[in-house]
Amino acid sequence: MAPSDTPPGLVLSGEVRIGDAPLLRGLDLVAPSGMWTCLLGASGVGKSTVLRLFAGIADGVTLRGAVRASDGLPLKGRVAMMAQADMLLPWLTLRDNVLLGARLRGEPPDPARATAILEEVGLIAFATRKPGALSGGERQRVSLARVLMEDRPVVLLDEPFSALDVATRARMQDLAATLLRGRTVLQVTHDPAEAARMGDKIHVLTTDGLLAADPPSEPAPRAPDAPGTLAATGRLTRLLMEHAA
Amino acid sequence: MTALRALLGAGVLLCLWQGIVWFWQIPPFILPGPLRVAEALWANRALIADHAGVTATEVLAGLVLGGALGWISAVGLARSPLARSIVQPVMVLSQAVPVFALAPILTLWLGYGIGSKIVMTILIIYFPVTSSFLDALLRTPPGLLAQARVMGASEGRILWHLRIPAALPGFLSGLKLAAVYAPIGAIIGEWVGASRGLGYLMLLANGRTKTDLMFAALAVLAVLAVALHVAVGRAADAWLRRRDA
Repeated sequence: MAPSDTPPGLVLSGEVRIGDAPLLRGLDLVAPSGMWTCLLGASGVGKSTVLRLFAGIADGVTLRGAVRASDGLPLKGRVAMMAQADMLLPWLTLRDNVLLGARLRGEPPDPARATAILEEVGLIAFATRKPGALSGGERQRVSLARVLMEDRPVVLLDEPFSALDVATRARMQDLAATLLRGRTVLQVTHDPAEAARMGDKIHVLTTDGLLAADPPSEPAPRAPDAPGTLAATGRLTRLLMEHAA
Repeated sequence: MTALRALLGAGVLLCLWQGIVWFWQIPPFILPGPLRVAEALWANRALIADHAGVTATEVLAGLVLGGALGWISAVGLARSPLARSIVQPVMVLSQAVPVFALAPILTLWLGYGIGSKIVMTILIIYFPVTSSFLDALLRTPPGLLAQARVMGASEGRILWHLRIPAALPGFLSGLKLAAVYAPIGAIIGEWVGASRGLGYLMLLANGRTKTDLMFAALAVLAVLAVALHVAVGRAADAWLRRRDA
């Protein structure tokens, strides 16, 4: 992504159904251009479905409404996704995993860039190793490297850090915030502390609909122990408790 | 340790066998003792080796060709839901036909030579290889497929770079099963009509009440089958471990 390009924002409005069963009603979600938006919610409330709609892979889901980019152009080809499970191919080296997108599209791979990106996420020493040799945190760093390699203006994060231990998660949050800066990021999470650290914008998805929540006033990523972060974590936790099914 | 225990078990069985023959004074043309079988094996080693070579050739050729045919069919069926809906019932139905019943026809069509035995072997192993590979091809982790679609991959490239490599363990377990069945196919073929091979030798020896020679041929066949099973299993496991490590 060239720095001059403005990444598009994301807009989702309307009603989402799975088969005949309504899942989400009266949605009006905006993820502003170039900002980090957190979509916080309990498990099973439909957060991942929202991401899949933006990614264009929501099989079996009907949307009565609109899912679009704020600049009016199609989203297809401008989105990269990172999931909770790392989705690395165990038979490919880390470098080849990072190059997977090019390989799947039949484009000539750019191993030099892959090397540079592995350097950025601190895994250059493992470039020719397979994912099986890595820890959970290292594997997610490879996933992040793959997202960077894809170089899309919009990045969708589906609870990518939720399986990591607390310290590893906090470091991954910092790394992702640094490396994804300037892109439009929509991160789904069930962790109020994560939303409070990361979100420029925070939306809470509940069975009662979508609620906007005020992020702390400091710029993200915020220190986990800053008073503003802690207060926001508390507010978000209370909001989730009040709207728990 | 497992091998040691298997040897011990075999040793106990052999002793029991020899004991029964001694105790009840069973005439050798009804049941020769293991010592007598060993003598017959040694005395006829050139003859048995010659016939074993023929059977081994049939089994290996059948395994390679049947494996290749199974591979091609499974990949073709994985690509086309229409072909699956037509071919799959036929495949299941074909398993209701006892392969024994086809052996005379194959001999009629292909003659007494090695060809009819190889086709027999292919017929026996085709189903396990195809169905186990196809099952694996249809069970690619959905997260991987979603990731590939977001990356903009075509179906063909997803098949080649994702689904086939992810399904290889399934193909290999089908091949391991095939290694157990393959000798059965060759022996059936030889029983129905042949001039060479261990199955032919067993029939011949039986007809001349050379029961010890028959048992010797049977023992060699068993060793051949077990060796093939172990070799294919070890090779498959070692290859998979190497690929993912």
